[in-house]
Amino acid sequence: MASALINVPPKAKRGDVIEIKTLMSHIMETGYRHTASGEAVPRDIITSFICRFNGNEIFRADLFPAIAANPFFSFFTSVTESGKFEFEWVGDKGFSETASASISVE
Amino acid sequence: MDQSTRREFFALAGGATALAVTLRPAEATPAMLASAIRNVVGSEPVKTGKVKLDIPPLVENGNTVPMTVSVDSPMAPEDHVKSIHVFNEKNPQPNIGNFHLSPKAGRAQVSTRIRLADSQKVVAIAKLSDGTFWSASVDVVVTLAACTDEVI
Repeated sequence: MASALINVPPKAKRGDVIEIKTLMSHIMETGYRHTASGEAVPRDIITSFICRFNGNEIFRADLFPAIAANPFFSFFTSVTESGKFEFEWVGDKGFSETASASISVE
Repeated sequence: MDQSTRREFFALAGGATALAVTLRPAEATPAMLASAIRNVVGSEPVKTGKVKLDIPPLVENGNTVPMTVSVDSPMAPEDHVKSIHVFNEKNPQPNIGNFHLSPKAGRAQVSTRIRLADSQKVVAIAKLSDGTFWSASVDVVVTLAACTDEVI
């Protein structure tokens, strides 16, 4: 069961630059490992992460096997209005998860 | 520990090392690193500066290495960082991650956690809105390598 941890400040002043932190639980199997019997373990990673604010994309990441398990990202955005952040993770084997967080801007 | 078990122990340890070495897939070469960078920058020159790559110079566990890339930029509509690309020299693939920023980001800084399969050079390249590319690189020593020689 996949689960996300999101850290967005609940309140900010207009024009503030805020930090957003996200963590998604995922094995990020590289595809380069082998079992004891020598079989390759197939790749299973998150390939894309997108953050949108009120429908507009504000941050996007392309992930490769060199991103550690349970991908963590921290990034910044300036806020000028209240609204909702939406987060989306997409990956191998049909992996797709979303999360959201709201902020009120004074 | 008596003499015979010591010998067995070393024989076993040596065998395990040899096995790990043979199972390791071909690593990315500096040529692959150069071509991955070319894929992003095209024929534009890459200048050193503006970018700060924050990563520990000595890493105990290559499976999860904290990394922060920040770029000296006003992040204004007319002058901002469009994207940040991170590469490595010796993992099986030269790419680590691409990060696309918005002009509204306020601060050009991204943090994540990466894997490093060996002691190697990590390179961060920033693409600015005026079409120029800036880079920084750090040499990292890894004592426990990530992923590639691991048997599960």
